[in-house]
Amino acid sequence: MSIAIYVPCDSTAVSIGADRVAKAIYQEAQKRNITIQLIRNGSRGLYWLEPMVEVLTDAGRKAYGPVQVSDVASLFDADFVNGGEHPLYLGLTEEIEYLKKQQRLTFARIGITDPISLEDYISHEGYQGLSNALKLSQADIVKAVTDSGLRGRGGAAFPTGIKWNTVLNTPSEQKYIICNADEGDSGTFSDRMVMESDPFVLIEGMTIAGIAVGATQGYIYLRVEYPHAHKALNTAIEKAYAAGYLGDNIKGSGKSFNLEVRLGAGAYVCGEETSLMESLEGKRGLVRFKPPLPAISGLFGKPTVVNNVISLASVPIILDKGGDYYRDFGMGRSRGTLPLQLAGNLKHTGLVEVAFGMTLRELLYDFGGGSATGRPIKAVQVGGPLGSYLPESQFDTPLDYEAFATNWTVLGHGGVVAFDDTANMAELARYNMEFCAAESCGKCTPCRIGSTRGYEVMDEIIAGHALDKNIPLLRDLCNTLLNGSLCALGGMTPYPVLSALNHFPKDFGVDDQANRAI
Amino acid sequence: MTELNAMETIVQDIIAALKDKPGALLPILHAVQDKLGYVPSESVPAIAKALNLSRAEVHGVISFYHYFRDTAPGKQTIHLCRAESCQAMGGKKLEVHVKSTLGIDYHETTADGKFSLEPVYCLGNCACSPAMQIGHEIYGRVSADNFESIITQAEDIA
Repeated sequence: MSIAIYVPCDSTAVSIGADRVAKAIYQEAQKRNITIQLIRNGSRGLYWLEPMVEVLTDAGRKAYGPVQVSDVASLFDADFVNGGEHPLYLGLTEEIEYLKKQQRLTFARIGITDPISLEDYISHEGYQGLSNALKLSQADIVKAVTDSGLRGRGGAAFPTGIKWNTVLNTPSEQKYIICNADEGDSGTFSDRMVMESDPFVLIEGMTIAGIAVGATQGYIYLRVEYPHAHKALNTAIEKAYAAGYLGDNIKGSGKSFNLEVRLGAGAYVCGEETSLMESLEGKRGLVRFKPPLPAISGLFGKPTVVNNVISLASVPIILDKGGDYYRDFGMGRSRGTLPLQLAGNLKHTGLVEVAFGMTLRELLYDFGGGSATGRPIKAVQVGGPLGSYLPESQFDTPLDYEAFATNWTVLGHGGVVAFDDTANMAELARYNMEFCAAESCGKCTPCRIGSTRGYEVMDEIIAGHALDKNIPLLRDLCNTLLNGSLCALGGMTPYPVLSALNHFPKDFGVDDQANRAI
Repeated sequence: MTELNAMETIVQDIIAALKDKPGALLPILHAVQDKLGYVPSESVPAIAKALNLSRAEVHGVISFYHYFRDTAPGKQTIHLCRAESCQAMGGKKLEVHVKSTLGIDYHETTADGKFSLEPVYCLGNCACSPAMQIGHEIYGRVSADNFESIITQAEDIA
């Protein structure tokens, strides 16, 4: 009998040597005449332990990590293929605290299955949501999603069910489902993980969306920076077509849904839904005016659902277990779970899916283990490059859309980037302006010109020139960007810039008192 | 001249295969760049004609997106992440080291034609920052110490 050994194929695990470890295990097993079945699973998201190798034993899956090629021979010496003791032994995977404390709904299968095995997907409750959806009326599918309280996980947190309902009720011969997979925010990787580690759940979610609103064509707009996800999605789509889960007459239901992956080309602004649609139409990614809403006139002028990867990947479990099941997680108006991504200067970086309501402090210290460098955490940027920096005094904010909004902070797509006390917040604010200048689509003046003037003013401030004039100028400029920009790129760049200035004035050369007076 | 003819044949084949897709321009540009390493300005008139666009419109799309380039890259293109998470883990220091080791700035190619250097804003590898990408390979926890050994290996693959 062969022994099942799991080595992740996730791109972050591969970026630190998982492919080499897999090869070394295969060769060492051959050398020792041990028959193994090497499975390339997705990542559990415990990235500080990657490459994390698992072995299936009678007691369950046991984990070892982080494994380097040089550890492989000693692992075999310690009989790890039968769960033997070794300095890298982590115990039963499911019992690792970091994982055990999570509530994995959207990420239920991630790291467990072989991502591109349809059989694996189905044997782990895959396609049960679609099977239920096919028995429901379109309005009832939309109702289940509305009842779940699911809000868009891309950042704007708009209720998904309401969006779907608008598309359902807009008559048109052709409608579209677009998955926004242009995950460009620094510190975020949950979309990537879903696409690499469980691509079928996204395909199933999009298929349900298509049936619910009457759309027969879907596009996944994927950023070009994700080549591994591209490969996994295309393989999974091919298998779904072959097995009758995509195409005409899905599983004999008479319903049709076709799906294609389209690649972006390195423009951050194309994560904005109207810019994304322009790009899909083959144009420059210029942001459109709203209204009309994409739900009424979207891609090629047709009613279009545009949802983030995590939103769509949460749909199958809602249709499988019911809207109430999902809604019972969370707090206030933030229902369900949020896959948070711990990144930057943290000891235990990784994916943490929990119900809304935990505080940022618990996330940073109980899960994240404090900074990687061992120095105090100075600031945390939540919600990507358009999110505010939170100082230590705000770490007790609960992870909830509304609670974050009261602090002038945003939860966004759930990315959490920690900085230790060596970070210079004025330099970061300058970078935020520079990023906005590099990525501005150029359609509206505040963003196109304001961002360039912004980093020029930051250069003056960093050089200590005329702070009594330049700091008010920076505030004034941010005010223009906030109120005058067409989309969130220009409209939210002031969040990191002003939060840095408000909470860390010393880095800008002024003290608290002076900062308040200016 | 034969080289130009070969390029034209490649571009025409790509156009024929993709032009009927809705919103075909980006898929065509991607296919051309995958095959040739860049989108040569000589290919623009043919693409424009096939899609019933002006050359200016096609040029506008190529120049809008950071990923598309209209000059030939080095043998390998290094995409170095500049975003916040990588900065939190020493990305700025690494950036200085990479530029001085290669002797080039962003958007440039080394004199020996081996490497081009491009900035990138996030590779989704933020749990193992700083990160960079060479070809389709992503590298995590890149440092001044291991950068050279990584690019030496990458050279061997090329």
